[in-house]
Amino acid sequence: MAVNPEIKGRVFPPTEPYLVGREKVREFARAVGAQHPTHHDVAAARAAGYADVVAPTTFAVVVQELTLAQLLAEPDAGIDFSRVVHGDQRFSSTRPIVAGDELTATVTVADVKSLGGHSMVTASTDVVDADGGHVVTAISTLVVRGDE
Amino acid sequence: MTANTPAPVLAELEQGQVVAERTLAFSRDSLVRYAGASGDFNPIHYRDDVAASVGLPGVIAHGMLTMGAVVQPVVDWLGDPGRIRDYQVRFTRPVVVDPVAGAEVEVTATVARIDAEASTARIDLTVRFGGQTVLGRAQLVVGLD
Repeated sequence: MAVNPEIKGRVFPPTEPYLVGREKVREFARAVGAQHPTHHDVAAARAAGYADVVAPTTFAVVVQELTLAQLLAEPDAGIDFSRVVHGDQRFSSTRPIVAGDELTATVTVADVKSLGGHSMVTASTDVVDADGGHVVTAISTLVVRGDE
Repeated sequence: MTANTPAPVLAELEQGQVVAERTLAFSRDSLVRYAGASGDFNPIHYRDDVAASVGLPGVIAHGMLTMGAVVQPVVDWLGDPGRIRDYQVRFTRPVVVDPVAGAEVEVTATVARIDAEASTARIDLTVRFGGQTVLGRAQLVVGLD
């Protein structure tokens, strides 16, 4: 089944709020080899002007993932997860995520393209904080391989 | 490296300048750790049989692990992760992680463009594994005074 081109422009409902935990930030930082003290040490983060430990730049993927799951589960989207390859990824930040943030994510299907039997789905996820302020936009292009 | 390392000064940067270089070692342990931390449990990142069944030469690193790890030398140079405004990569080749030897990934970060008006610099990453680049268009925009 090919990807349904009509999902282009579709906006999904916001995800349930995701509370960023201090230990989760530290765990993620260790996993990507982020050693800067602001990722681990509350005092260092506060000295640098942050409310709490700072999540690594790519941490937003944890919240974005919740929205990609919505997209993959959409009955009429036609995206076969076993054929999905991550094509590219981008994070455009207004501010870094810090522990204590309560984040809500909303995904829009920005584009659907066909290319040589494959489909390219671009998903743009806006992540906002509890006050509705923009934190980061995470954009993924998923390459859905066609039937061989 | 401490939290109060002085930040790089925009006016002192030069196009083409290498600002960070590092060799990163990935092991199968790294992949399991990243799977747990990120919630990405796709078995191609820990099961050889599943990786082989989809035509891969072996278990591969999560693209998002590579993206997340290769930016760290730049964060350490910046002295503040909050200076990163934009970060993008294209995944062009997989990083195959041998169960015994692991995988070594070499990162070089270079000043690509300086925008004095916007107080930003574009930093490009060259990321190599086994002599070949694994990321395309790996670029950061960082805010500097």
